[in-house]
Amino acid sequence: MRTLYYILQKEFIQVFRDKAMLPIIFIIPVLQLLILSYTATFEIKNVDLIVLDNDRTPTSRELVNKFSGSSFYHFNGYADNFESAKQMIKSGKAEQLIIIEPNFEKKLINEKKGDIQIITDAINGSAASMMLVYAQSIIGDFNKNIIIAQYPSQHIGMPIKIDSLFWYNPELNYITYMVPGILVLLVTIIGMFLGSMNLVKEKEIGTIEQINVTPIKKYQFIAGKLIPFWIIANIDLAIGLLLAYFVFGIPVIGSVGLLFFVASVYLVGVLSIGLVISTLTNTMQQAMFISWFFLVIFILMSGLFTPIESMPHWAQIMNYANPVSYFIKINRMIMLKGSGLADIQQDLIILAVFAIVLFSFSILRYRKTV
Amino acid sequence: MSVHININKICKSYDDVEALKDITLSINAGEIFGFIGPDGAGKTSLFRILTSLLIPTSGTATVGDYDVVKDYKKIRQSTGYMPGRFSLYLDLTVEENLNFYASIFNTSLKENYDLIKDIYIQIEPFKKRRAGDLSGGMKQKLALSCALIHSPKLIILDEPTTGVDAVSRMEFWELLKKMQKRGITIIVSTPYMDEAALCDHVALIQGGKLLAVDKPENIVKSFKGSLFAVSANNMHKLIYDLDNLMNTSNVFRFGETIHITSNIDDDLLYTENAHKHLSESGYHNITINRVEPVIEDCFLALMDQDMVKG
Repeated sequence: MRTLYYILQKEFIQVFRDKAMLPIIFIIPVLQLLILSYTATFEIKNVDLIVLDNDRTPTSRELVNKFSGSSFYHFNGYADNFESAKQMIKSGKAEQLIIIEPNFEKKLINEKKGDIQIITDAINGSAASMMLVYAQSIIGDFNKNIIIAQYPSQHIGMPIKIDSLFWYNPELNYITYMVPGILVLLVTIIGMFLGSMNLVKEKEIGTIEQINVTPIKKYQFIAGKLIPFWIIANIDLAIGLLLAYFVFGIPVIGSVGLLFFVASVYLVGVLSIGLVISTLTNTMQQAMFISWFFLVIFILMSGLFTPIESMPHWAQIMNYANPVSYFIKINRMIMLKGSGLADIQQDLIILAVFAIVLFSFSILRYRKTV
Repeated sequence: MSVHININKICKSYDDVEALKDITLSINAGEIFGFIGPDGAGKTSLFRILTSLLIPTSGTATVGDYDVVKDYKKIRQSTGYMPGRFSLYLDLTVEENLNFYASIFNTSLKENYDLIKDIYIQIEPFKKRRAGDLSGGMKQKLALSCALIHSPKLIILDEPTTGVDAVSRMEFWELLKKMQKRGITIIVSTPYMDEAALCDHVALIQGGKLLAVDKPENIVKSFKGSLFAVSANNMHKLIYDLDNLMNTSNVFRFGETIHITSNIDDDLLYTENAHKHLSESGYHNITINRVEPVIEDCFLALMDQDMVKG
């Protein structure tokens, strides 16, 4: 134990002496949280809309007013003809085009049906489908109003009354949804990069050779490499949680203690991945590229940006081996839902297995002989 | 207190390179044993085997009673190693490095201060300075202090004086002599031939093979033939012409002159012939003097013979 203490002392002196490293460790996560929380959102606002109104009647204008009055749309004016409308979509000046057919009003009154065409720029598929849903709901609303106006005597109510309630995130605020995930992202980046850089740095500089001839035990050396960054990543998480509360107003509804307990288990696993990479590589450059490779895959597949449920089946299976996805899920549950130990038990056990296996493997992979 | 070392038929291969070929030798307790050889001769591989960092492909080696493979834990406790490349923490201070290495050997700077005092007092004024900011000579003294901090019975130094100025080199050897007086066995490698003479025994190693192992003075005595130092106006061209001189072997540039070895017993006849040959080739200011061989001449001759054989 005494030896481990001295190794830790040495590691901490080195971390705090590196003047370039300190801001990286403590300021960059803060910036990441602030920037990503605002930008990584699926919310769609101010869709550029143009209308090709071939009817030009009060009814058609009323419909257009419905669109331009919505905060979702930014009404970009009327197009003169289809060609110019097409050109505007092509140049990116418009994202959605609504074409109102000639005799829209007349047909609506006489034949009780009108034709509208909606054209959406679908380069971004998920955004396009949302724009379509918005457009349809506005038109549906308009339609209902017409029916009520035309047949005021016959009270046609909706046969089914739908009341929607959004739990845990009542305002459908994307920041609330993103922040717990981004917190996981920060501690993962810190853990994996610092873990993978540190041991390989000793190899590259050559200090490992002097260490290897000492009676230091393998587990002591590996633990000495893991614990400082484990503490630092937990401090980063604490800073992140404070920011979440004070800047974004997102409190931890569940137990903070439980959250840190899960984070601690998770970080042993992530740091061990870094250490395994560190034992397998010879230069910091190699270690950096390999950890970057894993990090990108883990994060993009983690469900932070896209729901895991909409990934292909094989990707969902791969995600069983992705520690990041477990922690994001648990973190959202604890922070937003206030889930307790019983709710997250199964995922926590999986994270613990990751931690034990990976830590043991990193000790096994570290060789004092060359 | 000090230990002897037995190396028995050690071979080491990396993939397709044979770094050490059947090395057998023994090192007496309490002596300074030098390994001399060009880069890539296998010195570092041998040292790594003796410090338990490398497992030999075949053969055995013992340090005292301990086998380098089986008893590696005991070897690490009783051996000090100074790698060829400075391997202490550059971002830690002199004092922090020493304290760190002392504590992981379960000792302290205070406890073994007496042992490293001679060396440490020279770097003590800089104890708050980071190792990375020390001069080459100071770095080596710090590395030696760290290698000695756990009071080892054997220290192995891989080219400790490479890249160090002449004064620091001399000081360093004086320190080694002091350590020897304390009963520590010292194994050292060096590319500097003049340092070979300071060892009790030296081994010449080239291409993974031992060419000679003996006391430095015996190696000098074993030199065959008479050695001459030659100089003339065009030194650059001279070396090629001397290669073609009759009864001559081992033509080497040696400082300001070229050393050649005569293969005949009559020195006078040899010098006259050589003088005549060089004058006819258009040289002037020719001087040819008989000189006593130094250890470098012996090694260069042995290496040359080995190349011819190989």
